Amino acid sequence: MPRLIRMDQTGHSTLAQWSAAEDTDFEAAVEAFRRELDAGYIGVVPEGEGRATQVTELPAEADLVIMRRPIAGG
Amino acid sequence: MATTAEPALPELGAVPWRKRASRDSLRAWGRLWTVWTVLSVVPFSAAAVGLFLLEPLSFPVGIACLVHAWIIPELYAYRGVGVVRPKGPRNARAEPLAQGLLGDLVGHESRELQRRTGLAMEHGALGVWLVGEAGALLLPPGGRRVHCFCVGTRERELPPSDRVSHLLLALRTDEEGFATVANKAFSGAAWRVRRRLARRQRPALAAGRTQARQRRTSVRPYRRRRRAISN
Repeated sequence: MPRLIRMDQTGHSTLAQWSAAEDTDFEAAVEAFRRELDAGYIGVVPEGEGRATQVTELPAEADLVIMRRPIAGG
Repeated sequence: MATTAEPALPELGAVPWRKRASRDSLRAWGRLWTVWTVLSVVPFSAAAVGLFLLEPLSFPVGIACLVHAWIIPELYAYRGVGVVRPKGPRNARAEPLAQGLLGDLVGHESRELQRRTGLAMEHGALGVWLVGEAGALLLPPGGRRVHCFCVGTRERELPPSDRVSHLLLALRTDEEGFATVANKAFSGAAWRVRRRLARRQRPALAAGRTQARQRRTSVRPYRRRRRAISN
């Protein structure tokens, strides 16, 4: 089942899960995704080894969407 | 995929004055470090030799000069390697969960290496990366040089593996953008970096060098072809 997770102090938190059959689940996931974007998180879809794509809208077909914090030079 | 994908890291907006990093810019940066190292070593070494030739009794001053010539590049290397030293709270309670997520992101080989050394190996277009909690090492093809980048998330409370995952995902999204956002700390010979690296982390550098050497051999035929075409 596709998941939206956020990397945080707990390791990671699952914010939402959805299935192709349930529109309401996906809508809730979209809401959660937007809330995280507003909070400054960045959405990333891992696409196997060596590849990832930043997303600004929740892709329904992705297996896993990870919310990460911005990085900066130290 | 029905998403608005952005090929560039959003963090690049925070450093608009920086020119986007590339293989050429990193090579130039490496050369600059080589020149700087030579300029740090040669004058002190020459002064030591000159003083001894003029007055052998001045050897204590000459020794001090040689120590300077040796210690300056070592201090730079020490600072560079500092980017992959474990930093901040360990958050041991959340670490196993974070470790699991990181394990899902990387392959089996890199997972084992990360667990043993704290550094995750990642293959990129610029070379082989060793990603730590608050920085990354880049070994360009050939494996003789190491670029040290200081970069991380500002959230210090994140478990160490989550900090690595943050960097890994950013690196995979836009490798050149990642190298642009990161602060360059040092570039120098791999042997110099190895000496300053924690013992636990040295196997990661060795594995990275092996991979980077293999990449060099795979790049050579392409270079030969390119030379043949230009001739």
